Amino acid sequence: MVEWTTFLYDATHLMVLIGIVASALMVVKFKDLISATIALAACSLLVSLEFLILQAPDVAIAEAAVGAVLTTAIFIFAIKGSRRREEY
Amino acid sequence: MERMSPVVRTVVKIAFAPMFAFGAYIILHGHLTPGGGFQGGAIIGSLMALYLVAFGATAWKKKLLSGLESGGLLVFIGTGILGLVSGLMFYNFLADSDIPIFNEAVPTMLGYTHSNWAPLWTGGTISVMNLAVGIEVIAGLTLIVITMGLFAFEGKEGG
Repeated sequence: MVEWTTFLYDATHLMVLIGIVASALMVVKFKDLISATIALAACSLLVSLEFLILQAPDVAIAEAAVGAVLTTAIFIFAIKGSRRREEY
Repeated sequence: MERMSPVVRTVVKIAFAPMFAFGAYIILHGHLTPGGGFQGGAIIGSLMALYLVAFGATAWKKKLLSGLESGGLLVFIGTGILGLVSGLMFYNFLADSDIPIFNEAVPTMLGYTHSNWAPLWTGGTISVMNLAVGIEVIAGLTLIVITMGLFAFEGKEGG
């Protein structure tokens, strides 16, 4: 018999991992750079959740603060200083 | 740089006090719970970044922030060197001493039911260094965001 809590834990872990890969693919695929930045912030947030699942709350706090907010703000400043659409 | 829409400004105004309290909590409890000077400073620094994105960077003093950053680092290094009075670099001379700065003795596990439990007023130089690193990281990250923002808008507004 499968233990229910272990199954839930593993399912959450797997969903977070799939979300990381999906949001990373979105960062590469989006041509609108603001959308790509938001996808990068989502990727960072999921990575910090992954750190929390792997029992590293210290790293998770730093990753959530720096990766999800500060990098996004700096990227948005940089995009506002140039063009919004990527040329290809 | 220009201000953003009223929605963004209202959300930042509402979120300011809780985010600041959370960052200060993380810094002050650095020697007891996960987190510490860098993590709490990064939280308050991202709060400052949100504020700058929403309201613009015109009214901020770069020299004050630069002085705060240098001051935090000097307090950190000075605390480390003051340990030399007791004979060792970075010696924790405040813990369990008569100087009333974070000087309570760390309790043993016997008196408490939970082994992670300890009063806030412990830690000695560790807590002082956490505060110094927190101030330094807040000032440094705010300075980075201000510099990036002014650089991005230099062509449009003349810096």
